[in-house]
Amino acid sequence: MKNIHRFLLVFFLAVSVSTVFASSDEHAEPASQETHEKEKFEPGSFIMDHIADAYDWHVFSIGDFHATMPLPVIVYSQSSGFHMFLSSNFHHGHASYKNFSIATEGEYRSKVVELVNGQEVRPFDISMTKNVVAMLISMAILLWVFISVAKAYTIRKGKAPKGMQSVMEPIILFVRDEVAKPAIGEKKYEKYMPYLLTIFFFIWLNNLMGMVPFLPGGANVTGNITITMVLALFTFAITSINANKSYWKHIVNTPGVPWWLKFPIPLMPLVEVMGVFTKPFVLMVRLFANITAGHMIVLAFVSLIFIFGQINTALGLGTSVVSVLFVVFMNLLELLVALIQAYVFTLLSALYFGMATEEEHH
Amino acid sequence: MGLVTPELGTFIWMLLAFAIVLFILKKFAWKPILSALKEREDSIEGALRSAERAKDEMAALQADNERILQEARKEREAMLKEAKEMGGKLVSEAKQKATLEADKVIESARLNIEGEKAAALNEIKAQVALLSVEIAEKILRQQFADDQQQKDYFKKLMDEVKLN
Repeated sequence: MKNIHRFLLVFFLAVSVSTVFASSDEHAEPASQETHEKEKFEPGSFIMDHIADAYDWHVFSIGDFHATMPLPVIVYSQSSGFHMFLSSNFHHGHASYKNFSIATEGEYRSKVVELVNGQEVRPFDISMTKNVVAMLISMAILLWVFISVAKAYTIRKGKAPKGMQSVMEPIILFVRDEVAKPAIGEKKYEKYMPYLLTIFFFIWLNNLMGMVPFLPGGANVTGNITITMVLALFTFAITSINANKSYWKHIVNTPGVPWWLKFPIPLMPLVEVMGVFTKPFVLMVRLFANITAGHMIVLAFVSLIFIFGQINTALGLGTSVVSVLFVVFMNLLELLVALIQAYVFTLLSALYFGMATEEEHH
Repeated sequence: MGLVTPELGTFIWMLLAFAIVLFILKKFAWKPILSALKEREDSIEGALRSAERAKDEMAALQADNERILQEARKEREAMLKEAKEMGGKLVSEAKQKATLEADKVIESARLNIEGEKAAALNEIKAQVALLSVEIAEKILRQQFADDQQQKDYFKKLMDEVKLN
């Protein structure tokens, strides 16, 4: 419990620090803020801004007041070298800092670009963006929760589980008994358990945190193609490294297929080789698309309120009742999807491992 | 388009962080948790199995006890029977022996009596002979007190001899 308090304290401090930054921003550019607020509501960009990655972590806005947590921007430019500064220097994307700015249009829209000789050049960008920080927070939670659970197992050795331990145990057992064992087999499943448990809890936790609209949630980590790509790559790498002879043989020379599908034109091997890459690709896209789509629907319902509100305030209020009901419904659905997607990713990874290590049948 | 384009920066962060977290969780969380779970399952299974075994053993023990009891009962019965038989035999043997002994005693008593009787008879005979001789002598003394009578008797005896 004590740890949670400390954890929350750090966050509130961070947010309050950022509000100081934010309030100073307003004094710098009151005019531009005003015009920004008066702009017509664009549901497209509203949704995209919420789904896409960002260089700062927007917490809330009240009128002209924007509370954001600035995040470190780390860039390496071929012309000016290595730079590291806080994203608050961009003043919510309205200012440039050391020739760096956030592009508002073009190929690099909403990305950091450097102005070199009047041209926008994308530097090598390893900034700790909102998604990166959210991911790191989720990982810290994972580490804290599961290391303390592991400690509980060693302290309360041979006793019945208690507290967090008893919450996690059935889930861990579920992954072991319902996912790993049937998919990989009794003999080999143990080797893959750490990875399967890690992706399961990582995806699930980030799916749930993505549903929380404020800090430390609110980032769309599992709805980010890069994140899901890394996860899929891990599955792909583990599958390929552990694959046995029979797996590769099945790809190169699939048994039980007529020879003319293999010989003059290697049609079957081509299909099989494509399959090797489509499997992780599908993993990547499925998770990304499911989570992003869910967020989009929720945001679209919220946008409806503002669209109708612009036409008529009463209409907006009326719509809000329906919209909120739909958003609640969608969130409940998303709650389910969060678990299902974590389960599906884990199960499919386990199935691929199982396929790669399956003994040859004669 | 930005939504589906992977970002190199995010990629590097995620790759690094995920690999590190995977490693740490594997070493400090999943390994101890999974091994503890397995250990506990094994111990439960072992306890169940040993309980089952204890039950079997108990049943076997009970069956054994029953068997032993049965055997003991049978043995006791046999022993009782044997004892009875033995007793009967002993009694009959004793009886037989007693009879035999009694017969022997009686026989010897009889023999003794017979001997005694014979001896007594002999003695009586001798006594009677002696007495008869004495009586005879006395009678003869009396009878042959006068000479005439002696001569008569002598004569008679002589006559008898002649007849023979």
